[in-house]
Amino acid sequence: MTTTTTTPPVGHVIPISTRKSQTLYGFVLIGVGLLIFLLFGLDTEAGVTTTFGMNLVGSEAVTIPNIIVPSQATVFLMAAVAVFIGAFHLSRGIRSLGVVLGVIALTFIIAFLTWAAQDKSFNLTGMISSSFVRATPIALAALCGVVSERAGVINIGIEGIMLLSAQVAVVAATVTQNLWIGLLMAILAGALIAALHAFLVIRFKVDQIVSGVAINIVGAGTTSFISSRFLERATDTLNNSGTFPIIKIPLLSKIPVLGPTLFENNIIVYLMVFLVIALHLMLFRTPWGLRTRAVGEHPKAADTLGVNVHLVRYINVILGGMIAGIGGAYFTIGSVGRFDEIMTAGKGFIGLAAMIFGKWNPIGAFASSLIFGFADSLQVKLQILRVPIPSEFLLMAPYIVTMIILTGVVGRAIPPAADGQPYEK
Amino acid sequence: MTNVLELRGITKRFPGVLANDKVDITLREGKILALLGENGAGKTTLMNILYGLYKPDEGQIFVRGQEVDIQSPNDAIARGIGMVHQHFMLVPVMTVTENVMLGVEPTKNGVFLDHDKVADRIREISDQYGLEVDPHAYIKDLPVGIQQRVEIIKVLYRQADILILDEPTAVLTPQEVEGLFRILQTLIDKGKSIIFITHKLKEVMNAADDITVLRLGRIVGSIDPKDATPEILASMMVGRDVNLVVMKQPAKPGEDVLKVNDLYVRDERKNMTVNGVSFDVCKGEVLGVAGVQGNGQTELVYALTGLLPVESGEIYLSGTAIHNKSPRTILEHGVAHIPEDRQRHGLILSFPIYDNMMLCTYYEAPFAKGVSLQENVIQNNAETLVKQYDVRTPNIYVNASALSGGNQQKVIVAREFSRPIQLLIASQPTRGLDVGSIEYIHNQIIKKRDEGTGVLLVSSELDEILALSDRIAVMYKGQIMDVLDAKNANKDNLGLLMAGVHPSESTQKEERLP
Ligand SMILES: Nc1ncnc2c1ncn2[C@@H]1O[C@H](COP(=O)(O)OP(=O)(O)OP(=O)(O)O)[C@@H](O)[C@H]1O
Ligand SMILES: [Mg+2]
Repeated sequence: MTTTTTTPPVGHVIPISTRKSQTLYGFVLIGVGLLIFLLFGLDTEAGVTTTFGMNLVGSEAVTIPNIIVPSQATVFLMAAVAVFIGAFHLSRGIRSLGVVLGVIALTFIIAFLTWAAQDKSFNLTGMISSSFVRATPIALAALCGVVSERAGVINIGIEGIMLLSAQVAVVAATVTQNLWIGLLMAILAGALIAALHAFLVIRFKVDQIVSGVAINIVGAGTTSFISSRFLERATDTLNNSGTFPIIKIPLLSKIPVLGPTLFENNIIVYLMVFLVIALHLMLFRTPWGLRTRAVGEHPKAADTLGVNVHLVRYINVILGGMIAGIGGAYFTIGSVGRFDEIMTAGKGFIGLAAMIFGKWNPIGAFASSLIFGFADSLQVKLQILRVPIPSEFLLMAPYIVTMIILTGVVGRAIPPAADGQPYEK
Repeated sequence: MTNVLELRGITKRFPGVLANDKVDITLREGKILALLGENGAGKTTLMNILYGLYKPDEGQIFVRGQEVDIQSPNDAIARGIGMVHQHFMLVPVMTVTENVMLGVEPTKNGVFLDHDKVADRIREISDQYGLEVDPHAYIKDLPVGIQQRVEIIKVLYRQADILILDEPTAVLTPQEVEGLFRILQTLIDKGKSIIFITHKLKEVMNAADDITVLRLGRIVGSIDPKDATPEILASMMVGRDVNLVVMKQPAKPGEDVLKVNDLYVRDERKNMTVNGVSFDVCKGEVLGVAGVQGNGQTELVYALTGLLPVESGEIYLSGTAIHNKSPRTILEHGVAHIPEDRQRHGLILSFPIYDNMMLCTYYEAPFAKGVSLQENVIQNNAETLVKQYDVRTPNIYVNASALSGGNQQKVIVAREFSRPIQLLIASQPTRGLDVGSIEYIHNQIIKKRDEGTGVLLVSSELDEILALSDRIAVMYKGQIMDVLDAKNANKDNLGLLMAGVHPSESTQKEERLP
């Protein structure tokens, strides 16, 4: 992990206006409490209950009882907790901003769900596990970003790479009747497009944003064209691959809630988890990682120590492309078994946001992806519940909460110093 | 005695510049060779060739009598050559250990970095050569003096026995310079050989075993330090006699031009680094601000020039409040600024010289007419200034980045002095400059003073402060320890004040001080 140490400053130290932020967040908390009360509290009735389903149909997990709570009391309790903690923060101050923001998010979300599902049942475990699955392509996109930006090359073409490799995966898998070949071809496709990006920006010093945008445009255009021209006419021979089976990990998948979430997934989800951990270790504990970070921060320094700056950048951008290729494969052979136009729906860009919120660390990027995945899955669930608020607002709310948490907890994210700059001797 | 290193007939051309012209250099085993030369003489270029960063157009390199082909830093490292660069090559967000092992990383089980092994080795090197440093500290938290030790450790870790140090003393405080020379002596005692580039002539005579002088890319000659005097060295470097003592008349101070009242400023990390500073500068005098770097001088200057906001307190320029005004407003009031970091605040390196020459006033007549720039006027202005201030450049169309450090500085001085000013704020105005340029810039500052401009001179060079100032303020931990009359100031009492100690009562206090 990168730890940030602060220098012993010269002269007096007055900590960054903690007083101001204390007042601010204190009032925000109280505001959230009031909001909970006004928005949800007034719209619940006494005697009505909300059921949170804790079991997933078809899962191997040990069955546990569902949680049934009185709706109104729970919402009022959440409002009270927010107001109380807000008042406490105002008067005494809570050291960790993370705790404060966690309380904001938690009270709001619990109250919101309780209200939305009053008199109904809401499958909590289902939502948690679908959050995890929905986070997978986002996390893979974010990892692609981390690997290449840590070496100083911006790749905003992830969306395009994922689209292309999604299509390559499904076609290859359908034609060969082998999902593994589909995955392999997707990785290869990702590597090739990334190699082109690397070649353009390293060798010819083409602007990295321009090259990335070009990849996105080409990706969207080509796949849509191929899709409407060929795939739609020959669905069975070209665009019907089936998907990777769910692998249930023995024993572990029996754990309630966690089992269905973490241990009943297909290979791509497991691959994503493996990559998060492996890349984190590699980035901070191996020679490759050290060189990568040095090249992204101060390429000239790396050069004077005999590190081949351009080689490191080529390797990383291509490696990132391979990871994005896996992310692309997820959309087709990892989830629905066929290709639809523009099916990545901006996940590549959300992945870039997750990378930034995660401060260019694999684990941080993964954690942010989870939050985005959660927002995504919540939004879908709520539409099913038919909550009586405009769906536009529903779509927005989780993201707003996400933003507040992320900006507050994460603070200013500082990119690698040489990010986006071509290196010349 | 053998020669560990010989360069023969090295030639290097850049577009429009002959940076090295058939240069021969010999380094004797276990000796310190000092390489002197004006700004732009080609010293750094020559060393970069030796280290494999540039490829020479002609010439041969011999290490211990054997001709070697150095294509990259890796080749140089393999031959036992190590270099400490003029601008440090350290990754700020990494630890000392990480910086040292980069490129030659030892691993545990062949996979994971072995930080402990490197940290132990760093401690060994520290003990052996007196290079104290915490292996786990982050570079960005270390003062430059320590960063330089890390650079030297990097070189020693790679088992170099030929060390190149490119202007190692330019950014160091006097105390750090002393420490560095002790370290160099230890290195020599342990059998290393050193090439050492500097502009400070006294250092050369104390430390070097051999001196070689470059001018305009050519070897002017070598001289035995025993026969050298600063005057001889200076004239070898510059090709004419240089006046090393600043000639000046006593100041005739007029009314206040700058008045600072109880100023508090936070630095970019939000730490309060200027802690209640009050002083004033009069017309026609030089107020020197002495102090070890990092005691708030930088932030003080940034606040005065509008680059950092003022937390509290006031700044008046001839009676007009200028605190928290924009840099443009401040310079329109007649403030000139020679910034400490010339590449960041003084120039736009990717702009040609002629544009850099009018950056402060580009939006006004005569440089602009309505919305269009007057290219003729701009270029004529640059031609005149380049001649008047003797900027060494092929022409006015080259980018500022292609100039050597000293000539970049001259471009800034020319621009700032060519418009009407009432206050000059000069921060480390001669850092990294050769004696000729120093003489020139010092004379210009005194000339401005005599014309009635108030001058605030911030420098960590005590010699410079003593040579130019009429009064001297000493900063320590964001406060002014004392303001001395230049007559009463000497290195001893300034040194004590700079360390935060008030010298005995006998020192006369300046009556101006509240
Ligand atoms: N990369 C480059 N491209 C073009 N010209 C260059 C380059 N590097 C150096 N020069 C030119 O070569 C000459 C020698 O520069 P060099 O940096 O070697 O001088 P120096 O002796 O180290 O000066 P200083 O004391 O200012 O560091 C200068 O005229 C400079 O403008
Ligand atoms: Mg140089």
